[in-house]
Amino acid sequence: MKALSQKRRHPLAAIALLLMGLLLTGGLYAVATTVNQAKASTAEFSASDAEQGGKLFAANCATCHGMGASGSQAGPSLVGVGAAAVDFQVGTGRMPMQMNGPQAYKKPGQFNEQQTHQLAAYVASLGPGPSIPEAGVLDEKGDAAKGGELFRTNCAMCHNAAAAGGALTRGKFAPALADVSGKHIYEAMVTGPQNMPVFNDANISPEGKRDVITFLKQIEANGSPGGADLGALGPVSEGLFVWIAGLGVIIAFTIWLTSRSS
Amino acid sequence: MSAASRAEAPAYVATTKTGRFTDFVDERVGGSGILREFGRKVFPDHWSFMFGEVALYSFVILLLSGTFLTFFFDPSMAETHYAGSYTPLKNVEMSVAYSSSLDISFDVRGGLFMRQVHHWAALLFVASVAVHMLRVFFTGAFRKPREMNWVVGGVLLILAMAAGFTGYSLPDDLLSGNGLRIIDGVIKSIPVIGTYTSFFLFGGEFPGTAIISRLYTLHILLVPALILLMIVLHLFMVVVHKHTQYPGPGRNDHNVVGYPLGPVYAAKAGGFFFIVFGVIALMAGFFTINPIWNYGPYDPSPVSAGTQPDWYIGFVDGALRLMPGVIGNFHFEYIIFGHVLTLNVLLPALVPAGIIFTVLFTYPWIERWITKDNREHHVLDRPRNAPTRTAIGVAGFTWYCVMWAAAGSDLIATHFHVALNDVTYWLRALFFVGPFIAFAVTKRVALALQRKDREIALHGRETGRIVRLPHGEFIEVHAPLDEYKRFKLVGFESLAPLPAQPNEHGVVDRKEKRRAKLSQWFFEDRVVPATPAELEAGHGHHEAVEAGESQKTLSH
Amino acid sequence: MGNHSDGSPNHSGTVATAGQNEVEKFQDPGIPPHRLRLADTDPKAAKRAERQVAVLFGASVVGTVIFLVAYFAIDLGDDSSIATIRLQNALLGVGTAFAMLGIGTGIVHWAKALMPDHEVSEERHAIRTEDDRQAAVRIVDDIVEETGIKRRPLIRNTLLGAVALAPLPALAVFGDLGPRPDDKLSHTMWAPQEGKLKRLTRDPDGTPIKASDVTIGSAFHVIPEGLNELHEGKLNEKAKAVVLLMRLDPAALNPSAGRENWGYNGIVAYSKICTHVGCPVALYEQQTHHLLCPCHQSTFDLTQECKVIFGPASRPLPQLPIAVDDEGYLVATSDFNEPVGPSYWERDEHERSIKS
Repeated sequence: MKALSQKRRHPLAAIALLLMGLLLTGGLYAVATTVNQAKASTAEFSASDAEQGGKLFAANCATCHGMGASGSQAGPSLVGVGAAAVDFQVGTGRMPMQMNGPQAYKKPGQFNEQQTHQLAAYVASLGPGPSIPEAGVLDEKGDAAKGGELFRTNCAMCHNAAAAGGALTRGKFAPALADVSGKHIYEAMVTGPQNMPVFNDANISPEGKRDVITFLKQIEANGSPGGADLGALGPVSEGLFVWIAGLGVIIAFTIWLTSRSS
Repeated sequence: MSAASRAEAPAYVATTKTGRFTDFVDERVGGSGILREFGRKVFPDHWSFMFGEVALYSFVILLLSGTFLTFFFDPSMAETHYAGSYTPLKNVEMSVAYSSSLDISFDVRGGLFMRQVHHWAALLFVASVAVHMLRVFFTGAFRKPREMNWVVGGVLLILAMAAGFTGYSLPDDLLSGNGLRIIDGVIKSIPVIGTYTSFFLFGGEFPGTAIISRLYTLHILLVPALILLMIVLHLFMVVVHKHTQYPGPGRNDHNVVGYPLGPVYAAKAGGFFFIVFGVIALMAGFFTINPIWNYGPYDPSPVSAGTQPDWYIGFVDGALRLMPGVIGNFHFEYIIFGHVLTLNVLLPALVPAGIIFTVLFTYPWIERWITKDNREHHVLDRPRNAPTRTAIGVAGFTWYCVMWAAAGSDLIATHFHVALNDVTYWLRALFFVGPFIAFAVTKRVALALQRKDREIALHGRETGRIVRLPHGEFIEVHAPLDEYKRFKLVGFESLAPLPAQPNEHGVVDRKEKRRAKLSQWFFEDRVVPATPAELEAGHGHHEAVEAGESQKTLSH
Repeated sequence: MGNHSDGSPNHSGTVATAGQNEVEKFQDPGIPPHRLRLADTDPKAAKRAERQVAVLFGASVVGTVIFLVAYFAIDLGDDSSIATIRLQNALLGVGTAFAMLGIGTGIVHWAKALMPDHEVSEERHAIRTEDDRQAAVRIVDDIVEETGIKRRPLIRNTLLGAVALAPLPALAVFGDLGPRPDDKLSHTMWAPQEGKLKRLTRDPDGTPIKASDVTIGSAFHVIPEGLNELHEGKLNEKAKAVVLLMRLDPAALNPSAGRENWGYNGIVAYSKICTHVGCPVALYEQQTHHLLCPCHQSTFDLTQECKVIFGPASRPLPQLPIAVDDEGYLVATSDFNEPVGPSYWERDEHERSIKS
């Protein structure tokens, strides 16, 4: 387990450092392009938010992420990851992590909305990064068909075509997306939590992300026209069902049919 | 028949309208003779005899629902834009085949129901064929004179899988498209002719524009026709052989005990068709199968997590997953005389399936050779009374199940919160040791059950009533069995190892020695049935039970 | 039963059975005495069973009505929601199930409770009698004799020759099911056309990608420029040309000799088609830099030029050499340096001809 988490740490630290370097020095990418339109906008955060967040951070997160969120052996630097990353990780309960493992699990959040907001404010104040998405892209009124195409190309290989989740290597997995809020889906796409790749705005535009969220919410609301979806896991659950339930019921009938009447 | 004799025969004149009609037909087809032969034919009754019927009825339901689907399905791979009523796919570019499958699901009244009936019936069809074969194997029903019918059954299993696979591919959705791509990859791995075969099958490069309509022709014409032909052969032989029966009082190899076809058996069998139909309808009404609208149109770029074939192809897919491509520095794909030998695909795709079907087809002859048993068997073995055969069967089935489970390795990983890689490592180990463990355990369990049968036959059934005797001893009262129930437990034949026999020249050849060894392995562990002498000899002598077991020297 | 002298008339008699002979065995007591059912003795029970059967048949009628109502009353218009389809599907299922199970269980209950249930024994007959065998042999001999095929070897031999050759046309027809493979599998659309390098564009919309768009940790699904404009064979080309574009810390990449310039600032492009059996290898883990195929779990390590580190694949994923053009867009400097996708018999030959 230890070796595993060490493996995880190194590249992440490198990425974070690089991001910091690029973004803070106003390097080639951040300035010249529109990669992430969602720039660090601390406007929505008051100074007191950041201050409160700093205290929360020192008490709850600094053990791993280091004082000033500069990273340590146990956790990556958070400078420049942006408010979106905090809102996603803390908002879905993944952070603070319960224990070291291949992957942080979703669980009931440890912080309330205000505290999450304050933590986000603090981390956003450390360096520019993706911010929490605006309501406009979360209205679920995009083009579901386009979103479906984007989802199948970019997401379905890990999350399954019906967003039922799937396995990754060595104990990691891509979670099912039902019951995940549009905001968190959006934040996951822009920040690439854990092993998920980053889908910046140059890859999938905010409009495209809106379409993806629309698609996901639409299929979730629709449900399956054919009845219970058996987990939407494909032929494996269908096969199990026919062997256990289908044949089971048939065998029950055959036993009744061939037993003698009393 | 001469004119004279016709004149002599007093002409039968029916009195009622139905009678006249029946008579008209009968005079022209000879129905009376058929009815006389079959009208009261006796069929034994046991729940495990019904799986063949489940398969037959599923097939009838497949023909009915499939015909409905052909009216609306268009197997063309031409490009179109979806204009049906399912909004998450509106205006998406797709093939006509996929578009028409969606139309069946969303815009044809009852179409979705029919699709689900068809697909659930297909899964049930192959499953019931498989369970039927397991039943036949474990009860020894494949023995003389039914070896050829066993082979026909095996062919039907393969045809059922072929029918299933060709149908699975038709909707041209992402799932089936990736399935076809895997098949293409496997075909390309075949030495010498692989690349050409792939190009001929797909009409050029993968995916081309021909494959769906070609599979469609196979699916609705050739494969069902062959299945029908095999079913006719199968049933013909069932009529010739008459049905087997379980051992029991009054049953022997010369008779068949059961209910007459008319009315009881025909009513039960006929009613059962409606029951199978009803169960399939329930599944189709309440449980989604193959939600093609989730997968989207086939496109070579995307793929969905959890891409698997339907269950009956699962074991091949699982074998493909289990095979390591590289061990240490050894690459299973290597180059021989400037050509590529793709063993990492060829071995798992062909070898396990090859072994399973070879053993399946030849097993009746293998056992016949080992036992030298050339008698007709119409009374079945209870699986426990043929411990080695039962153990072989369970070992084979376990092997199959390991591969089967491997096809769902990713889902095992996500649902039991274990690492995908670890699932694969464990299944790789089980692939080799699982059958041996299963063999040993099954054989022990079968022998233990036989011993329990002896115990019950000799000492009666435990009543659970504890009685204190006058001198203070507590005993459990055993209720003696009646002779019918006892006969069920003792009325079997326990084969002993058959030592090597000299051939016509008086020589014991090497092959015969090998056979004797196998015979020894087959029958050395044995529990002989209880005898009347033992029953007489004593109630309560536990030693008698043990003595019957494993007398390896008995036949020497 | 357990009697090793029975069975067919021509048993071998060599079967060894352990310590059993006729004296030591339990004798077959015969078919157990018939036990009467409730309905046989109690007319009330019989009447009750009769009513139950009628109720089951009645349930079937109800089922048929449910089906018809669900079929006609629920309209699948253009604006029908998924919930409507689900409702109709469920009702059709309930209707059919009632209709079928009603008839089925009704008939079976009738048979079980009311029809005579005396077990009867029927003799088995020899499948083939010796008499029949001899007659058949005589007939076949006569037939063979009458054809004279044994006496006229010329006829026999020419017939054999003709029959042996007759299937050849079928083989020829089979050969026309598709074109010859030639070297089609060794080229993709990435080859520069008339000196113009192909841009990397987004799948599915086909917009070009700037190097600066690809931030660290990103994964882009890529198709060649011009693919969407193809009218014929679009999917065939796509099936070979799809590429996954990723960026990682240049220090994490360890390009081998000759491949140093195949990436750009840590941006690398690899074929998405698995070298195992051709599934799209599209699962990119941005922290471990592993690529996983969801079909058979082959795992490739991006930091070792996509070497196989787990699973059934045996060969690394082919890399697409890329660079940046004047406008900052990513382009492929050449086609793949080897055939993409699963291995095939002629693959090595093709690879050598590409490299030379």
